[in-house]
Amino acid sequence: MKITGGQIVCESLLKEGTEVIFGILGGQILPLYDTLTQYPQLKHILMGHEQGAAHAAEGYARATGKVGVCLATSGPGATNLVTGIADAYMDSTPMVAITGQVGRPFIGKDAFQEIDITGVTLPITKHNYIVTDINLLAQTIKEAFYLARTGRPGPVLIDLPRDLQVESTEFNYPSKVELTGYKPNINGHPAQLKKAAKLITEAKKPILLPGQGVLISGACRELKELAETAQLPVVSTMLGISAFPATHALYFGWLGMHGMAYANLAVQDADLIVAVGMRFDDRATSRVNAFAPKAHVIHIDIDPAEIGKNVRVDVPIVGDARAVLAALNKLMIPLEHGEWLAQLSEWQREHPSLAIREAGEVLPQYVIRQIWEATGGEATVVTGVGQHQMFAAQHFFYDKPGSFISSGGLGTMGFELPAALGAKVGRPDELVWCVAGDGSFQMTIQELSTVARDSIGIKVAIMNNGVLGMVHQWQSLFYGQRYMATTLSCPDFVKLAEAYGIPAANITCKGDVRPAIERAIATPGPFILNFVISPDENVYPMVPPGAALHEVIEAPKKEVPAWSRRNTP
Amino acid sequence: MVATKHTIVVQVANRPGVLNRVASLFRRRGFNIESIAVGGSEALGISRMTIIVDGTSPMVEQVRKQLDKVIDVIKVSDISGENIISRELALIKVRTTSATRGEIIQIVGTFRAKIVDVSSDSVAVEVTGDEAKVDSLYNLLRPFGVREISRTGVVAMTRGTADDGRGEE
Ligand SMILES: Cc1ncc(C[n+]2csc(CCOP(=O)(O)OP(=O)(O)O)c2C)c(N)n1
Repeated sequence: MKITGGQIVCESLLKEGTEVIFGILGGQILPLYDTLTQYPQLKHILMGHEQGAAHAAEGYARATGKVGVCLATSGPGATNLVTGIADAYMDSTPMVAITGQVGRPFIGKDAFQEIDITGVTLPITKHNYIVTDINLLAQTIKEAFYLARTGRPGPVLIDLPRDLQVESTEFNYPSKVELTGYKPNINGHPAQLKKAAKLITEAKKPILLPGQGVLISGACRELKELAETAQLPVVSTMLGISAFPATHALYFGWLGMHGMAYANLAVQDADLIVAVGMRFDDRATSRVNAFAPKAHVIHIDIDPAEIGKNVRVDVPIVGDARAVLAALNKLMIPLEHGEWLAQLSEWQREHPSLAIREAGEVLPQYVIRQIWEATGGEATVVTGVGQHQMFAAQHFFYDKPGSFISSGGLGTMGFELPAALGAKVGRPDELVWCVAGDGSFQMTIQELSTVARDSIGIKVAIMNNGVLGMVHQWQSLFYGQRYMATTLSCPDFVKLAEAYGIPAANITCKGDVRPAIERAIATPGPFILNFVISPDENVYPMVPPGAALHEVIEAPKKEVPAWSRRNTP
Repeated sequence: MVATKHTIVVQVANRPGVLNRVASLFRRRGFNIESIAVGGSEALGISRMTIIVDGTSPMVEQVRKQLDKVIDVIKVSDISGENIISRELALIKVRTTSATRGEIIQIVGTFRAKIVDVSSDSVAVEVTGDEAKVDSLYNLLRPFGVREISRTGVVAMTRGTADDGRGEE
């Protein structure tokens, strides 16, 4: 039986296990939307903006491990997706974006809402397609999903001319893909594994350094086994947060520009770095030629191009984190690193990076810590980009794999609300906290209409400091306090929430923080908390731009009296 | 670390936009292409590119790995260190007078190049060889007045039975 292009898309999505699509329609994708009426199994969530659709697909993907799907019309719909696609590209998030395109006879004629979206997204997709032959449609969708989720995952875009959506052909969904040029290497080379095991066994000051690749590959158990068997202290990247339980005695925080001072010191003093599923991003390494100067480096990554790109590597292992770690565990014997661990604990005591000072005002660090305590850590935290992101990464202790979702590589303000919404759709039974900056939040604030309409029960904590805080901090520290264009004019967020029909509260003093959080949790459906905080609360520790990883600026002394221990509730 | 010339052979699926994908990658990663030649290969649906890049070994290794990530790229090999045959074809149009014609024909002869077009005041020379040979012929013809030169860029392969399919780790 012949079916239409639109039906082929829907049937293929079902074959791929798609349950939810985030999108906005328009002229050139209308036939496909019309077909969606026949497929109630494919839940469509109408978004306020295509950027939101892409971020929601990302949040959904990162919460479920499945491929996130977003849908947009041609031209402005497609270009609005671009930021979200780029974000997914930088953070290796599996995504399939489907865009409408003008009919084939109009292509190249600058027709109404015609944009060369495959050209535009060429450098920010893992691969992209414009389908011009209906008989290649099913195969293309099959390939797109396969590419999006295998190897190093990433976004794949499929551009669908309007006339193709109504053309008919026989539907045969291919059972496998044939891509001669694409064969991700899964198992590490045995000789390399042996070399790695030997280096680990000989090391006196090893550091195990997991990144998000560990989460993507589902290798948390294997990572924990390696750490425990070989007694390797773990320092993660920021996106590697939650790959290893934060309250584990072997966890020593995350490294980088706003990482814990003791984590940075540990890396700088290490004689071996075992990097797994991470890519030595400059925010993580700081000045790269001064990074871990004494260390041999074992680098495990599925993407061969990441190996040796930024940092010299002694033992490269190309493969899937889970498969490689499992194989490595087989070669490991129990080890002890008592002295080294004692040294790290001492640094942790000497540099209490996560201490929260006593203050009457509402401190963002305190708010995050209270969310952690109130939820018992049983929550997924999704953040925007800025100081609030760093506070959320620092002051909540993430034990559960995938409980921290943040825009790392692209650093996209506006990520939090749509991504949290997508994460909640993916994890309907879990508590999802959206930690928002007042600036970042306002970049995609229109998604409140989506949250309200579908009653998506996320809890939003706006860290309202009235400024573009992170940039304000740079102006304060590195630009002689010449504050240019960092003061925000925020609406009354509580009134705004009410206008959307979402319950909300203002929190202006410390005593109200915990009760407000508990009220938000106890209230079914979405809830918005507006925490009024100081514009001058800086994020520490901080490695200044251009400095080496150990050249950390710590919180000014006055700010550190009450040191609350890292792991105690 | 010293930059040297590298010859990279890339086999790509002959799909729309593949040249764009490869070229875009060079631009985006800040790698410089010295020359690129594209044409068919022994296999149906597969094109072969010969790309000459100037760079340090780690940089060229990055190029190779990044190229390998392009989905439509099937194989990448850096054959620089190998025993290779590399050839370029050039058409050179040189001004002639009755006084210079003989000398030009003689030069062309020693290079085993060919004269492929003659007009009253110019000749077109076709030369094939490695880059150095093309360069030296060009340099010898320059004093006579070169009106136009068109070069194909280098194509290359390894000598003997080895094919270029290694290069992968
Ligand atoms: C889309 C986008 N534009 C600009 C920036 C640069 N930037 C990084 S952090 C920041 C300030 C964020 O302010 P806010 O959301 O209020 O959060 P805060 O830092 O105050 O917690 C800016 C402008 C960015 N990361 N993303």
